[in-house]
Amino acid sequence: MGTLWNNYRYLILRRTTQIGLLVLYFGANAWGWTILMGNLSSSIFLNFVPMSDPYAALQMLAAGAVLSADLLIGVAVIGIFYLLIGGRVFCSWICPINMITDAAAFTRRIIGMDRIQGVKQPASRNIRYWVLALSLILSFIMGVTAFEFISPISMVHRGIVFGLGFGWAAMLIIFLFDLFVLKNGWCGHICPLGGFYSLVGKFSLIRVHHLEENCTLCMKCKDVCPEKQVLHMIGKESLPVLSGECTNCARCIEVCDDDALRFSIRTFANKKKTGENNENNE
Amino acid sequence: MSENRPEVKKKIKKQPLSDRRKFILNMARGVGLATMGGFVWSAYIDEVTASELLLRPPGAIKEEDFLKTCIKCGLCVLACPYDTLLLAKPGDHKPLGTPYFVPRDIPCYMCPDIPCVPVCPTGALDEASVTTDGELDINVADMGLAVVDDESCIAFWGIQCDACYRACPLMGKAITIEYEKNTRTGKHAFMKPIVHSDACTGCGLCERACVTEKAAIFILPRETAMGRAGDYYIKGWDKEDEKRLKNAKEIKTVTERSKKSAIDSLNDGLGDLY
Repeated sequence: MGTLWNNYRYLILRRTTQIGLLVLYFGANAWGWTILMGNLSSSIFLNFVPMSDPYAALQMLAAGAVLSADLLIGVAVIGIFYLLIGGRVFCSWICPINMITDAAAFTRRIIGMDRIQGVKQPASRNIRYWVLALSLILSFIMGVTAFEFISPISMVHRGIVFGLGFGWAAMLIIFLFDLFVLKNGWCGHICPLGGFYSLVGKFSLIRVHHLEENCTLCMKCKDVCPEKQVLHMIGKESLPVLSGECTNCARCIEVCDDDALRFSIRTFANKKKTGENNENNE
Repeated sequence: MSENRPEVKKKIKKQPLSDRRKFILNMARGVGLATMGGFVWSAYIDEVTASELLLRPPGAIKEEDFLKTCIKCGLCVLACPYDTLLLAKPGDHKPLGTPYFVPRDIPCYMCPDIPCVPVCPTGALDEASVTTDGELDINVADMGLAVVDDESCIAFWGIQCDACYRACPLMGKAITIEYEKNTRTGKHAFMKPIVHSDACTGCGLCERACVTEKAAIFILPRETAMGRAGDYYIKGWDKEDEKRLKNAKEIKTVTERSKKSAIDSLNDGLGDLY
């Protein structure tokens, strides 16, 4: 039991957060709860704290909408939160699509999809930044929030809270795409919201740190990581994972049997040295 | 020299692309794919946002602005005590995620405190548009306009029915009953429901109440339901209406013949006409 908890503690916490939030949102619509009302695009916490998706607000701005004070406060709340704890924490701890793409990645590992498709990925992970730019350009040209009208994230989340319609098709498309077309295809390559939060999280404080001296080069962390380019330092150098593309999902920490990865607060001054010393003193 | 040539050629062929060439090709590929994706994406958006027959919650701003301002959070839907408002799902053929209502199923019951409007975080539902003298006033809301199909409305047949009139929350203002002699029987009256566009809020209680199989009175977005006379036709007997003439712009139709004066071409003998 202890090992089970040790090996899956963050995964269990993440699923609890993801499902718990869904239940809270769902309860607001179904049973009139007032803890968390709305959906991931914009919501209100305890009837008091407004929260809004900064990427949606950015598209509104590009589309030429007048941004209300409520919206700007909501954007500030969410923006500051992710600036501190890491933008893509949204991706692995909140976003409901994460459960679908994780399921696809898990199935891939089980059935050995990589062995027929090879390890080399045929698409660039920078596609998301292109899609991000494109969404803003289209928002500007067409005068609507371009990504919000196709976003499977809000489609699925809104669907679970307010009624799904054909939203299940979007879920299935993403699952099949990730399973058969491209490994970590949606979350790791295409999703502009992930791209946006990668940029937001560039300077965040909570980081995974690698301790090279503990590493046995088993590469389990790279196997399980959905953004494995961020783990370039594994077995080479004791460095924090500084890329904004890391989702802080902490799977690498769990699968590591050698205590070579752990969460830590980012230290800005004299990054490398102090980082190492802190870890050793613990 | 000449023997070396084929070798040199081979070398060039096998040489890896220069970084600059690679960069240019990669950029070209990115731009090309982005253009392709952009067109597909925009075509899709153009389709899904082209829904005109959509009834929005009270206080909704102009549809064009609504589409860019609504963040699709559903707080208005949560606030509605009658489950009137819905969020468009995939498959509803409406702009995805935006709120609307179907009056024949559940109309807007016109709550005096309009709970759906103040909760809107983005101002897509505008409090000012449903406020009179600093207080929320649902009676000035404009969700749409009731339209009567007088061919299927049984009151127009001469059968007595005033379901819509009775259901209207602005009874006697938004819908009035007009009496008219029924010449078919010679001794009865038609009691025809007439909608007044200046008072109707488009709440849809009439559509909900209509007794015919498919409602003979129904709500359409005002823009769809109404025509426009324009500035060239005025009520000459109405001093207020006559003022609109100021807005009218002159239209000049220039054709080959009217280069000279039109009068000339008529009076110049028949030469110009044949």
